[in-house]
Amino acid sequence: MSDWRNWLDSRTGYKGLVHEALFENVPGGARWRYVWGSTLTFFFVVQIITGIALWMSYSPSSQTAWESVYWIQNQMWGGWLLRGIHHFAAQAMTALLVLHLMQVVIDGAYKAPREVNYWFGVALLLLVLALSLTGYLLPWDQNGYWSTAVSTNLVGMSPGIGTALQTILVGGASYGHHTLTRFFALHAGLVPLLIGLMIVGHVYLFRRHGLTPTQPIRKPDEGFWPEQVLRDAVACLAVFAAVLYFAVREHGAPLGAPADPAEQFAAARPEWYFLFLFQFLKYFPGSAEIIGAIVLPTLVLVLIAAMPILGRWRLGHRFNVGLLGVLLAGAGLLTVQAFQADRNDTDYQISRRIAARDAERAVQLASTGIPTTGALTLMREDAYTQGPRIFSRNCASCHRFDGHDGLGYPLPADSISASDLKDFGSRAWVSGFLHADTILSRKYWGGTIHTEGDMTGWLGDHQPETDEEKATRANVVLALSSQAQLASQKALDQRDSARIAAGITYMRNTDYGCASCHKFQDVGTDSPELTGWGSREWMIAFINDPEHPRFFGRDNDRMPSFGKEKSLSDKEIAMVVDWLRKEWRMPPSTVAAARR
Amino acid sequence: MSERPSQAPADQAPSDRRSFVSKVSAAVIGGLITVAAPIAGLFPILDPLRRRGDTRGMVRVTSFAALPEGGEPRKFPVLDTLVDAWNRTENVPVGSVYIQRTGDNSVRVLHTTCPHLGCSVGYNASGRGYFCPCHKSSFALDGSIADPKSPSPRGMDPLEAVVRDGEVWVKFQNFRKGSPERTAV
Repeated sequence: MSDWRNWLDSRTGYKGLVHEALFENVPGGARWRYVWGSTLTFFFVVQIITGIALWMSYSPSSQTAWESVYWIQNQMWGGWLLRGIHHFAAQAMTALLVLHLMQVVIDGAYKAPREVNYWFGVALLLLVLALSLTGYLLPWDQNGYWSTAVSTNLVGMSPGIGTALQTILVGGASYGHHTLTRFFALHAGLVPLLIGLMIVGHVYLFRRHGLTPTQPIRKPDEGFWPEQVLRDAVACLAVFAAVLYFAVREHGAPLGAPADPAEQFAAARPEWYFLFLFQFLKYFPGSAEIIGAIVLPTLVLVLIAAMPILGRWRLGHRFNVGLLGVLLAGAGLLTVQAFQADRNDTDYQISRRIAARDAERAVQLASTGIPTTGALTLMREDAYTQGPRIFSRNCASCHRFDGHDGLGYPLPADSISASDLKDFGSRAWVSGFLHADTILSRKYWGGTIHTEGDMTGWLGDHQPETDEEKATRANVVLALSSQAQLASQKALDQRDSARIAAGITYMRNTDYGCASCHKFQDVGTDSPELTGWGSREWMIAFINDPEHPRFFGRDNDRMPSFGKEKSLSDKEIAMVVDWLRKEWRMPPSTVAAARR
Repeated sequence: MSERPSQAPADQAPSDRRSFVSKVSAAVIGGLITVAAPIAGLFPILDPLRRRGDTRGMVRVTSFAALPEGGEPRKFPVLDTLVDAWNRTENVPVGSVYIQRTGDNSVRVLHTTCPHLGCSVGYNASGRGYFCPCHKSSFALDGSIADPKSPSPRGMDPLEAVVRDGEVWVKFQNFRKGSPERTAV
């Protein structure tokens, strides 16, 4: 054994190197407070290893970035865990950086002759933050995309070279393939390389000057090995366990819906450790923004970098410790404020729910295979995703969906002038509609001119009183609802086919039934036509042109002819109809199953 | 910084028991945290091993009438669904085949890649044979090795095919290269 060791040592001198590495003198013995530098180095290595493993499956382009990350997260063996470790280790590094900085400042380790090493440390801090900023974009999901839009626009605000710098960074005037290739090259190439070089310099200078023990020294000096190594290893293990805990709890790292430049994303937030800056900006509205975004953060950085110089002054050290304390307390306060503001912001909470719904849906749609145009194509053609958006933009100025705008945002009650379309065509909906009292509520026709119409009048004159009349009305409800041919009601309609037949017989009666006014099947004359009432075809034709003689004709109350006037495309009308009918290409209930 | 205590020279070690416990603990914990990230990275890297190749059914490639009557092979692309990791694309070329008439209602279908190392095999009309431009394997019209000096370990790969209602249907698949046995991948 020792033969080859001696051989190797004579060729490489490795024994001296190991000795150098392990037997660094630790004045006053090993201490827990010295572990931060080692844990940071350890996590940097973890990030390189997990990062390279992710790199093997990641594809940076606007049609493949989200898709490849989706593949890693949901399809690859242990991919979610790998992503989770990389994601939460990045957060751990930020926290460790703060702890390391605190330890260095409190212990006065920035003082002469260690100034240059301190500046290496400040540069490393900024580089690690650059890693997390660039990494946030790479999954190309809605949150990463819109948050990065904000941070790069802030770069664009900096005086002089700002605009040029932003264009170079983004790889053009707008975000796309070259934004990803550039951010990826920075994230996986340039920045880690600089960090690696700086760590070498940082550790070299640290070894040159030695540890800065806090006085008084109570214990004898020790070698780095084994006591300090043990403490370092325990600290690394503890933080790594925390990282694993979060990675498992969150089942990997978050992945939102694929980035869509055309789809506003109200839930955009930076990582939690940048929230203080996010909150800080709120205090600098309008033209003052540059002060909050650039001037003050730069000043703070200059102050932090100047600590070794400020420290020469008699009260300098106390000033530095105080300054750091104030900065951290301020950042902490701002972070709490940001969380509180979001918690109390109902619109933000709703947009978070929409974001979660979209994210889940994107994964479900992707699981059947993604076209080469990217997952966004699937989202844009999906009734479950687009239905509520089309409804919110076009229908919610009069209609409601379960009392809201389709997406979940509340709207003023006094703006309701048409019926609530949640479960339109279902038995429950029809039952409320065919009732003298409820038809006049805002849920149905309470806000329309139809309150004065024949239908309302007829319902008022024909309130069922005897049991037989009530049974007939109930059968008519089933019969009319069955015209809608809702997939969700298919089994019920089959079960009640006898009652439906009875209801249809009543409907067809031209003396007292529905057909005394309405056209229904081959009988009756007047509109709206009840044949296939509420069916997919009927709804599409209705939205296309409610003024058509088949529907309201001249009795139409303000509803635009969306298709005829080309304010909605055929595809959009079909999507909103399919969404209202809950007839999506893939039912969302299988989402959870597809994910696990 | 290093987690490799086993390399520490023995003569430097303090000998009390506490130091021994520290050394063992440092070595164990250090070893644990050293292997954690590489293991996490290894699983997704090994993921391709658990995925099988495409298995396709019969695909319509051409009409029988399009084949030359003299038995000359013609090259056709095979259009089918291409699944590439997350992407799924319908009706795109997934490979190509040589098809020759061998009777009134029968065909011979050969995979166009060389069984040696996977270069694309060309058809040489004047020599009435196939020829691989990379390593000079040559094959007869029926796909068997023509020149015994050919480096290819086996003849060209025949594919299952039927002629149905004047259409040629092929079961397209790929085979492992470089071995005398024909193993589907």
